[in-house]
Amino acid sequence: MSAIELRGLTKVYPGGVKALDSLDLTIPDGEFFALLGPSGCGKTTLLRTIAGLETATGGAVVIGGRDVTGVQPGGRDIAMVFQDYALFPHMDVTDNIAYPLRIKKVARSTREQKAAEVGARLGLDKLMDRRPGQLSGGQQQRVALARVMATQAQAFLFDEPLSNLDARLRLEARTFLKKLQHELGVTTVFVTHDQAEALAMADRMAVMESGHIRQIGTPAEVFQRPANTFVAGFIGSTPMNLLDGVVRGDTVEVADCKLAVPQSAEGLLRDGEKIVYGVRPEYNGYSAEPVDGSLVGKVSIVENLGASYLVTLDVNGVPVQAVVPEGHEPALGDEGYALPRRDRALIYRDGELVSA
Amino acid sequence: MAQATLPPEVLDDAKARRYNADAAGLGRLRAGAFVAPALVLISLFLVFPALWVLYLSLSNYRLTGAAAAAPQSVGFDNFVKALTDPEFWSSTWLTFEFVLGSAVIGQVVLGFLIAWIMRDRTGPIKRIVEGLVILAWILPSAVVSFLWVALLDRDGGTLNTLLHAQDFAPLLDHPMLSIIVFNIWRGAAFSMMLYGAALGNVPPSHLESARLAGASGWQQLRDVVFPHIRGHVLTNLLLISLWTFNDFTPFLLTAGGPDGKTEVLSVHVYQVALQGGELGYGAAVSTVILLINLVVAVFYLRLLRSKK
Repeated sequence: MSAIELRGLTKVYPGGVKALDSLDLTIPDGEFFALLGPSGCGKTTLLRTIAGLETATGGAVVIGGRDVTGVQPGGRDIAMVFQDYALFPHMDVTDNIAYPLRIKKVARSTREQKAAEVGARLGLDKLMDRRPGQLSGGQQQRVALARVMATQAQAFLFDEPLSNLDARLRLEARTFLKKLQHELGVTTVFVTHDQAEALAMADRMAVMESGHIRQIGTPAEVFQRPANTFVAGFIGSTPMNLLDGVVRGDTVEVADCKLAVPQSAEGLLRDGEKIVYGVRPEYNGYSAEPVDGSLVGKVSIVENLGASYLVTLDVNGVPVQAVVPEGHEPALGDEGYALPRRDRALIYRDGELVSA
Repeated sequence: MAQATLPPEVLDDAKARRYNADAAGLGRLRAGAFVAPALVLISLFLVFPALWVLYLSLSNYRLTGAAAAAPQSVGFDNFVKALTDPEFWSSTWLTFEFVLGSAVIGQVVLGFLIAWIMRDRTGPIKRIVEGLVILAWILPSAVVSFLWVALLDRDGGTLNTLLHAQDFAPLLDHPMLSIIVFNIWRGAAFSMMLYGAALGNVPPSHLESARLAGASGWQQLRDVVFPHIRGHVLTNLLLISLWTFNDFTPFLLTAGGPDGKTEVLSVHVYQVALQGGELGYGAAVSTVILLINLVVAVFYLRLLRSKK
C-alpha cells in the first residue's frame, strides 16, 4: 500500500503518436483514483505505463517511494485486472487466484489456503473447482479481483473493470467495487470512458484529453466546477449548457437575454469581453411564469429522464436545456423561463474557467 | 380457429423434415450427378490403386519374368516374409529415427522458435527470415536435393571448401544426421507458419497478466502459450509425422545408402519393388506402411479428442 507518483511522464509511440505528454500526477496512499476520458485520450496508455507493460519514453514512475520506471512489470509489486479479466481457461478458480503466488514460489498448501480465503470473501467459495468457461461474467470479474487481492500488491490497476458486464450487473459491481476498495484501503487506479462510473466510484479523478490531464479533482469538484469547456462538456449525464455571451456591465448578455454574473466570476470580468456562460441543466431553474434575469424561449423538446424531464428551450435560436421535476413538465411550444443558479453557473474565458 | 391453424403446422413439419433430409432441394438423383465426377476421379486414382496394392500384396507378381505374365496367389507369404526380414525392421527403425529427429523434434522446435522470436517483430528482418524459411519449403525436391549434394559433397563440396577440409564427407560418414538436418531445413516453414498463426490466437492480456505476476519467459510459455496452442501442436505433429514418414526425398540425397544406413521405409519399398522387381513383396510392405500410418493418425486424433 503506497502512493503512486508520476513525474513528467511521456510516451511516444513509434510513428510519432504522442500518447502521453509530460504528465505529472500524484495519487496518495489508499486512494481510489479514476482516469477518465474519451477513447484515444491516453488513459489506457497511462495505466499500462504505470504497470510497466508500456515503456515510458521520458519521465518517471514512482510507486511507494521507489522509482520503477525501468523495472519489469513483475518487479513493480502491482496487480492488474484486465478488461477481459485474462483468466487462464485451463486452470480452475483456485489455480487462477493462486497463480501469482505460484510464480512467487509460495508453497502449495499456503497458496491454496490464501485462494480459499480470498475466494470466500468474494463469495466464490462454491465455485473454486470450476473453470472460467463455466462462470458468468460477474463471477469471472470476481475471480480476477480475487487474483489481484491474493497478491497483496502495493497498488491495484483496473482497466475498464465494468465494461464487460451488462447494464444491471454494472451498477451492482460499481457499488461492490467501491465498498471493497475502501475496505482493503489499497491504492487503486482505474480507467473508464464512462463519466458516471468515474463520478460514482472515485475518490479523485483525472479527466484526460489527447495525452494531457485537463482537470484533477474530487468528483464533486469536477462536476460542479469543470476547469475548462472540454471537461464541462464531457462530465454529466446531460451535457452542460455552454452559451456564447458578452459582458455588459454587471450582467452577461446571452442570446439576447440579460443574466446576472455568476458568484464565482464576480468582479473578474471586463465590460464588453466575449465569454462562454456555462450552466448545467440540473442547475437551470425552469419556470412557466416570467422571471427576471432568465433565459426566455419556446419549449422545443421534452425528454423523459425518469424522475425528471429534460426540457430544451429555443432561446432566440440557441438551444438551452433545463431539468424539470416530474409533474411540472411543460407542453411543446409553451413559453418557458430558465433561471440559472448564480452559485452554480460558471464563466469560461478562452475555454478556461474564470474564478478567483 | 384451431381447425384452421392445424394444416399449416403439419405442412411446416413436413417441410422441416424434407429440409433436414435434402438441404439443397435437388433430389437424390440430381444431387448424385453433382458428386459423381469427383467420386469417379477418387475411385480411379485412389480407391482402385489401393485395392490393387492389396491384391498384389497377396501375389508373387514381379516386374519381369514368368510371374509378371501369370502372377499366382501366395496368401500371406509376402507379409510373413516382410515381418521376418531384418532389413524391413532396420528400415522401420531408420524411419522412426528420421521422423523423430527431423519432424517431431527438429521441425517442431525450430518452427516454433522462429515463430516465437518473430511474433512481435515487423519490418524487413521478419520478412527476410520468413521468406528464406518458406523458400526452402516451396523449392522443388529435385532442386534442393541437388543443392544439398553440392553442399555436402566430398569432392569440392561447398562445406568442404568453406571449412578448408579435405575428406569431410557428411553424406557418407553421417548419412542419417545429414538427411535429418536436410529435412529440418526443408520442412520447418510449415511448422513456423502454423505456430505463427497459433500464437496470434493467444490473448495478449493473458501474457501480460503472467508478466505482471512476474512470470519468466519459460513460465509464460508453460502457463499461457502451450495450453492455448495445444491443439495446434497436435495437429502439426500429426501432419508432419505422416508427411515425413512417407517422404521419399532422402533417396535423392543418399539413394538409401551408404550400406542401407538411410534406407527408410519409402526408400525400402522402392528398392525391393522397382530395383529388385518384387512387386508383390513391395505391395505387402506398402500395406504395412499404410497400417503404421493409421496407427500414428489414430494416436494423435485420440490425444486431440482427449483435450475436451
